[in-house]
Amino acid sequence: MTDLLTPGLEHQAERAHARRGFLLGLPAMAYLLVFFVIPLGIVVAYSFATRTRSGRTELTGWNLDSYQRLGEEIVRTVAWRSLWVALLTTVICLILAYPLAYFISTRGPVVRNLLLVGVMIPFWSNFLIRTYAWRVILDSDGVVSQASMALGFGETRVLFTNTAIILGLVYGYLPFMVLPLYAAIERIDWSFVEGARDLYASGWSAFRRVVWPLAKPGVIAGSILVFVPSFGAYVTPAILGGNKQGLLGSYIVLQFLSARNGPVGSALSVVVLGVMLVGTLVYFRSGGRNL
Amino acid sequence: MNGTTNGQGPAVELARVVKRFGDRSGTEVTAVDHIDLTITDGEFFSLLGPSGCGKTTTLRMVAGLELPTAGSIRIHGEEMGLRPPNKRPVNTVFQSYALFPHMTVAANVGFGLEMRKVPASERKDLIDWAIDLVEMGSMAHRKPTQLSGGQQQRVALARALVNRPEVLLLDEPLGALDLKLRQQMQIELKNLQREVGITFVYVTHDQEEAVTMSDRIAVMHEGRLLQVDTPENIYEHPTTRFVADFIGRTNFLAATVAGADEVVLANGDRLRLASDRPTGEAVAVTVRPERLTVHQRGQTPEGLHHLDGTVDSVVYVGNAIAYMVSIDWMRLEVRCPATLVGDRMAVGDAVTVSFEPEHATVVSEQ
Repeated sequence: MTDLLTPGLEHQAERAHARRGFLLGLPAMAYLLVFFVIPLGIVVAYSFATRTRSGRTELTGWNLDSYQRLGEEIVRTVAWRSLWVALLTTVICLILAYPLAYFISTRGPVVRNLLLVGVMIPFWSNFLIRTYAWRVILDSDGVVSQASMALGFGETRVLFTNTAIILGLVYGYLPFMVLPLYAAIERIDWSFVEGARDLYASGWSAFRRVVWPLAKPGVIAGSILVFVPSFGAYVTPAILGGNKQGLLGSYIVLQFLSARNGPVGSALSVVVLGVMLVGTLVYFRSGGRNL
Repeated sequence: MNGTTNGQGPAVELARVVKRFGDRSGTEVTAVDHIDLTITDGEFFSLLGPSGCGKTTTLRMVAGLELPTAGSIRIHGEEMGLRPPNKRPVNTVFQSYALFPHMTVAANVGFGLEMRKVPASERKDLIDWAIDLVEMGSMAHRKPTQLSGGQQQRVALARALVNRPEVLLLDEPLGALDLKLRQQMQIELKNLQREVGITFVYVTHDQEEAVTMSDRIAVMHEGRLLQVDTPENIYEHPTTRFVADFIGRTNFLAATVAGADEVVLANGDRLRLASDRPTGEAVAVTVRPERLTVHQRGQTPEGLHHLDGTVDSVVYVGNAIAYMVSIDWMRLEVRCPATLVGDRMAVGDAVTVSFEPEHATVVSEQ
């Protein structure tokens, strides 16, 4: 009797299998390479390049000048302000989203799906249009102002303030907090909560000691999904903040389009990217230890 | 202090307890239907029945995880009413164990003490005692996911017992274990219960498990209690067909009550058997397979009731030989000890099946 398989043949089969997987992933990988990795490389290269007097960027004379300019007062002010806006947006989203996600995940399947669709409905219309709608609401002749006048507080104009920016950001990114929180809370085995209640925990203690730690991955995912786009947000501050309050996004645009300083704009982009990457990693790690 | 009773009275007392669940379409399902039950102190009491019979709902109502629609639940005489689970002097071992996955074994075991604000110094001794009790001392710092099913089961037990509850509720705690481990844990659980002297209320669908461990068993079916008695009485003297069928294997012979101490079998044979059923009622006479004996036709011993038949099949099942015997109106299962090899019947043999009248029981056809 002869062996059906020659030694080593199974390795060939495994390699062929791996090759097929690679080929299937190839289109997406090619797309990402052309439209993400290469442009990112260009930005990184720009950040070390030189700006000529005419405002062109020359890919010669590599230097760190642009990075040194990031230490300037104005950049630091803008960065702190962006950080503050992003943090506030994240915290407000978390406070609003947690009870909602908890409520949704404890409903029956029909109500639950309706509510989830409700959370996602805003995505069905254009983000710009929705942001401009806020402009109408917050302007001096808008609903908010009219209500305040009716109550005798006088004309109130929220538009073009930090409050307007945060309102807009919370509005835009709240679903990104609700959905991962929902997924995390929904996954918790309810018997853990029953177990805690059976072991003399009050409703609040059961939440604090069991639900919160077990749903923490959802808090982390949601916070990152809200914080990252808020930190570099451009459209919302541009429309609702009137660009008087400089934030990182608008400052970078300013460097590219008005100051015609590609290297500084690129350097700032690289730093923001790096900070967010490190921040995200640290955040994940701190959550990961308790899981 | 939270969750203790000072009252006298039985460990658990259920009176006319009803639980109805409504579904979305508005129809109501009665999971527990007017149950009256008294469980005495220190008892190992089992609620036994097929899935969906209401046994787990009953247990959960005692725990406070489910609130009764009507009726009264008392623990040591004290009405539990709508008290939340954290204010009740009971602890539960869940079917899924429900060990907190983000806490170590020691933290899991200490959780109840922590919630009751037991001082940290005292807590440590109690945790050690409970973990040693279930022989998990070397695993105190592991997370539940690092434990096998049997080990998780022990931790769940320690986590409940450390609180010294007045009643320990166990919801099919051995269901997830394999047979060998389950049998070993049955004995350990029984010993543990004797050691700590706490009343155990044990829910199971496994009749063998219930018979092995319990002081008393309540057989449930469709939300009602069919019979509450010692394992021996439930096995030897079931009152309904359902109980006889659910506990072990048995034969049912159709019969009619002919008087206070006589029934008539379907073939016309008269049998002296006492029953509390009214004359004329269609009943069943149940005889366990191991209470039947089989002989070659014509060798029937005196004083026994006997039925003639033919051997249909002979199956060797290890500790016994199982015969299926056709009598002219039904088939009977007979189990004989597998020791007397020479006496074995063969398929097609004309035989007589016999039994002593005291080994037969009249059961109602419910």
